[in-house]
Amino acid sequence: MILSSMTKNGAILTAFALITTGTVALTHSLTAERIEEQEKQQLAEQLQQVLDAHHYDNQLYKDCVVITDERLGPRPEQVIYRAYKDNKPYALVMRHVTPSGYSGDINLLTAVFANGEIAGVRVTKHEETPGLGDKVEVKKSDWITLFKGQNVLSEDDSRWAVKKDGGQFDQFTGATITPRAVVGSVKQAVLFAQAEFDNLFAAPNICQGAK
Amino acid sequence: MSQVKTLFKDGMWANNPALVQLLGLCPLLAVTSTITNALGLGLATLLVLVGSNVTVSIVRNWVPKDIRIPVFVMIIAGFVTIVQLMMNAYTFGLYQSLGIFIPLIVTNCAIIGRAEAFASKNTVPLSAFDGLMMGLGFMLVLVVLGAMRELIGQGTLFDGADLLLGPWAAALRIEVFSFDNQFLLAILPPGAFLGLGLLIAAKNVIDTQIKSKQVVTPEVEKGPRARVTSLT
Repeated sequence: MILSSMTKNGAILTAFALITTGTVALTHSLTAERIEEQEKQQLAEQLQQVLDAHHYDNQLYKDCVVITDERLGPRPEQVIYRAYKDNKPYALVMRHVTPSGYSGDINLLTAVFANGEIAGVRVTKHEETPGLGDKVEVKKSDWITLFKGQNVLSEDDSRWAVKKDGGQFDQFTGATITPRAVVGSVKQAVLFAQAEFDNLFAAPNICQGAK
Repeated sequence: MSQVKTLFKDGMWANNPALVQLLGLCPLLAVTSTITNALGLGLATLLVLVGSNVTVSIVRNWVPKDIRIPVFVMIIAGFVTIVQLMMNAYTFGLYQSLGIFIPLIVTNCAIIGRAEAFASKNTVPLSAFDGLMMGLGFMLVLVVLGAMRELIGQGTLFDGADLLLGPWAAALRIEVFSFDNQFLLAILPPGAFLGLGLLIAAKNVIDTQIKSKQVVTPEVEKGPRARVTSLT
């Protein structure tokens, strides 16, 4: 009696598991292409914000290296995209991350030209306080655009700090930690790019196969 | 017909999942910082609720009582995953701002609550209607709370609506007043608790007023409820 009801219930559960998993798998296969497209489009938009696509002539997402370097943040494996113009190295677009924000990691995207000048910086992901630290987002404030055209002269370039620490970048009212973390992280990333620019372009491309 | 009317009244007011049953508080409190987010999660929940209610109602005669809960959980989890994939594919921006809260619809007790309390005992059309009304009632509270918090916190309404509804909706954004600094309390989670508390209080005030106007009829004593917010 118990055995037969167990078998029956087991069979019904299995049937439901198969049906629901099947439906989810079907939906996944139907939407996978579109999701990938959306992600690619979002990546292109992000890259466009830091580096104008009119000024280089390769597909950035097809040319990248993956690097672990503490100047790009403590988390391993940051992606660096390489832009060429007339087959000559033009700029690097680096993902980097800083743990020194007010809450959680701040993920950044920084583009640097061959001469070491910054083409653009954007925050791609953060968990800073809404209304205070989130002014590093370009949607909330144009603070992040101040980096464009700047250069880092050396490791102890005193301009690369918030005004409170004697540098040239404004802090926000009520939030100093966030801009301080962003300024520091961008500075390190730019120094990294300047030091390793040629090496990075010499490294093998691992995004070749990207569709 | 009267049953439809009761379902409508229950979902929207008398047994509202957010204001009376206090179900689904986790997404409710987390995403209501703007109208757009509230509407997005409200729609997703509505879709899952109607879908799971209909499915549970269809299979109700084939599922033995002993294994109904795992079956309901599978159905709900399946629907949530499908909605998540759809949102990822078609409303990418919103998917990113709602982020982890979409899988949390699974944990929204309002959904399994309706499956167990209503859909497993009623016909398909009635269950669909119940899901619709409960979902709408939930969404309504989300949107009202979202509007309150967005207005007090940022001074805007419909900020970022284009993420949900497409580029044309950017024109919906209304800047009611502008601050130099946003009113943080409204945007952070405590603001959600305070806002929900005020909404429940307002509902109770209205209920008391309606009751005091009506002729007092002796009410049949009901069994005790685990969680209710209305005064007895």
